[in-house]
Amino acid sequence: MSEANTFLLDDIEIPFTPGQSVMQAALSAGVFIPHLCYHPEFRPHGSCKLCTVKINGRPATSCTTPAAAGLEVESNTPEILDKRRTLVQMLLVEGNHFCPSCEKSGHCKLQALGYELGVMTPRFNLLYPTRPVDASHPDVMLDFNRCILCELCIRASTEVDQKFVFALSGRGIKKHLVVNAESGRLADTNFAPTDKAAQVCPVGVILPKRKGFAVPIGERRFDVAPISAHVDEFKPVAAAQGERT
Amino acid sequence: MNSNDTISTILARHGNNGTRLMQILRETQDALGWLSPPTLTAIAAGIGWPRSRVESTAGFYSFFHTEPLGRYRVLWSDNITDRMLGNIDLMQAMCRKLWLEPGRVSADMLVSVDTTSCTGMCDQGPAVLVNYRAITRMTAERVDQMVGLIQKQVPVDEWPAEWFKVEDNIRRADIILGNSLLPGDALRTSFARGTAAGVETASNERSWHEFMQAADTGASATLEEIKKSGLRGRGGAGFTTGLKWEACHNAPGKTRYVVCNADEGEPGTFKDRVLLTRQADLVFEGMTVAAFIIGAAKGFVYLRGEYRYLLEPLNAVLARRRSQGLLGENILGREGFNFDIEVHLGAGAYVCGEESALIESLEGKRGVPRNRPPYPVTNGFLNQPTIVNNVETFAAAALIADKGGDWWRSFGSARSTGTKILSVSGDCERPGIYEFPFGVTVRQVLEECGARNTQAVQVSGPSGICLNPDDFDRRIAFGDVPTAGAFMIFDDSRDIFEVVRNFVHFFAHESCGFCTPCRVGTTLLKNLVDKIADGQGTRSDLDEIFHLNRVLQTSAHCGLGHTACNPLLYTLDKFRPAYDRRLKLLKFVPAFDLDAALSQARQMTGRDDAGAHLETAQ
Repeated sequence: MSEANTFLLDDIEIPFTPGQSVMQAALSAGVFIPHLCYHPEFRPHGSCKLCTVKINGRPATSCTTPAAAGLEVESNTPEILDKRRTLVQMLLVEGNHFCPSCEKSGHCKLQALGYELGVMTPRFNLLYPTRPVDASHPDVMLDFNRCILCELCIRASTEVDQKFVFALSGRGIKKHLVVNAESGRLADTNFAPTDKAAQVCPVGVILPKRKGFAVPIGERRFDVAPISAHVDEFKPVAAAQGERT
Repeated sequence: MNSNDTISTILARHGNNGTRLMQILRETQDALGWLSPPTLTAIAAGIGWPRSRVESTAGFYSFFHTEPLGRYRVLWSDNITDRMLGNIDLMQAMCRKLWLEPGRVSADMLVSVDTTSCTGMCDQGPAVLVNYRAITRMTAERVDQMVGLIQKQVPVDEWPAEWFKVEDNIRRADIILGNSLLPGDALRTSFARGTAAGVETASNERSWHEFMQAADTGASATLEEIKKSGLRGRGGAGFTTGLKWEACHNAPGKTRYVVCNADEGEPGTFKDRVLLTRQADLVFEGMTVAAFIIGAAKGFVYLRGEYRYLLEPLNAVLARRRSQGLLGENILGREGFNFDIEVHLGAGAYVCGEESALIESLEGKRGVPRNRPPYPVTNGFLNQPTIVNNVETFAAAALIADKGGDWWRSFGSARSTGTKILSVSGDCERPGIYEFPFGVTVRQVLEECGARNTQAVQVSGPSGICLNPDDFDRRIAFGDVPTAGAFMIFDDSRDIFEVVRNFVHFFAHESCGFCTPCRVGTTLLKNLVDKIADGQGTRSDLDEIFHLNRVLQTSAHCGLGHTACNPLLYTLDKFRPAYDRRLKLLKFVPAFDLDAALSQARQMTGRDDAGAHLETAQ
């Protein structure tokens, strides 16, 4: 029976265990599918759409689609790569992303996927949203300018920390992150720098204070090797082994 | 009563139940004016939810205010049909008289004026909502009077009653709008089916035990009639109703729910408003029949916030039906058949018309469509099997339950059985409600409503199809021109580009923001169309529209994103000159207009002479 549990991903045979998503099976097999809102430790919800593939000819998010025997999945095609590139460009123009001055540069998944997918220009006009920084907390600052609304901090705070520190408010292009305090300030929540929610931001929103450039630019995670070469770090089995950002 | 007492009273009325958060927020806002940070904290404590989740819901809906917006909130319906009737001029006149900018609150916190998505009064616009009460047929004179009443701070309850009159404008009635069913008829017929089948079985089998089993088949026999009728959902998607009900009936669950989707948000649609005004009994009867078939004890009508004024009349009908034994326990004496219906009011979010978003909203959450599968028929409200059907579908189902599937099939066409109620608006002599058998041609509809020199018809709202005169012999039917009911007419004096622009703005405003392509893409589309409108458009912008369409159609999370480019695609195909004459016909022009950027400097210096403009400006 278990031999039958395989599907085809761009002509590569991928084994899976029942219950795995297409994404989990691919990552376990060492095949990278670009993603931002997926995280091996949390329930997938499929909002960033970076992991959109074609399954038996129909578009689907690979993080929410259960793997099944005999599926034919296309991921690395020019058409799909073009869409992913556009989605990254959309995220780049939606927020205020100034990589050269960002502490997360080189550790940032959005930036890394930009390189991976060959984003050479923003393509669209920048939207320049007004998103004030929350520096109220003594140990952690929130720079909402870089938020890509992946909801990982929300899921971490809800599912792991059980503190509900983060949530979304607003709708559409005005959707934004809020914190669990009447004042709207992180300092007035029960957030702690040791929370899971403090560890999962794929971009540079949730940053520890007084800790900058510990690793020099040029020697950071995605400076050294492209994100697709880090595929082992996103494997579901490696989930419990510490920080995954 | 201080505000904490007010909140406590409201919370108590709703049993401190978080799934009732939408109603709690609305009633609190009605009482206190807006939802202040301490108010949200108090509500969160009352229902035992984290505050962040309450803020999350409050921030999602257009009609909830987490900032003060004045004692009078005037919202102008901004569908293209309102625009064609001059709503923007009227709104600007109102703002001038009130010394106000649209979207801003007056300095004395008295009043704010803004636009809102279509309020479903397209046949009697321009329409406004004042403190969420519908007012139709605005004129310059009414604007003057309204400004006077606001400045004198006369309560909205004391405003002229005729302003709040909403006409039904039924121009053509057929089997649904002309039905003569009495309350309870469809239920009695459904029950009788079981008895008839049972008597037949009993006489054949001579078995009391089997007779009892057969007696329950009133439900399955009625389901067979629904299936036989070929009825398909009237909300637009056209899923076969009988199959949906059967799947829900067969799904394992602790309990089941019947939900009537009256979140009629598609711009240009208003037939559900008329059905709920004139045929509320028929709709409730259809829901009760559905409950009988699938085995549900609880039903909801999700009524869009724009139809707030229908809440009391609908509750009165429900109360009467309870007193008639048509709702409540042991309905019409049938032992163990318990079912009741509650009206749940939305708060200004088009996306809640999507069934899984609607269920999220019913649960007190943000109206974000769920990942599917699983579908609501197995995992719906509170994760229990749930059917969600359109208002018109339930009305049709009640008639089918009474008169049978064959009777229904004798109307319409083979694949599109029965009749369809159309909401006709725009350039015609008799806008209003038209019920036609499926298969009617677009031309017949245009003739019947007195449309002349028609340039285009937008069928099924912004996400639907734009037809030009070459298409007018096409038929309203699932296989040809499917529709949820909107039928907007544009004569040859109208600029199709402005129609499209209105629709593109609508999608950007109503995107829920869950997925990247729709959240950002609809705004990028809006900016592109505005760029073309500003005379800065080029061919490359049109190419970008096609490119964005490919991304949205294949990667958006739900139908809103999939169809957001439709108005552009249909009209670029059929009304290309409306675009081309606006283009600069250059390869690329930046959206940034240097001369326009100097406007603030001109305003500050009080200059507007030629020397204060760049030479490049046209």
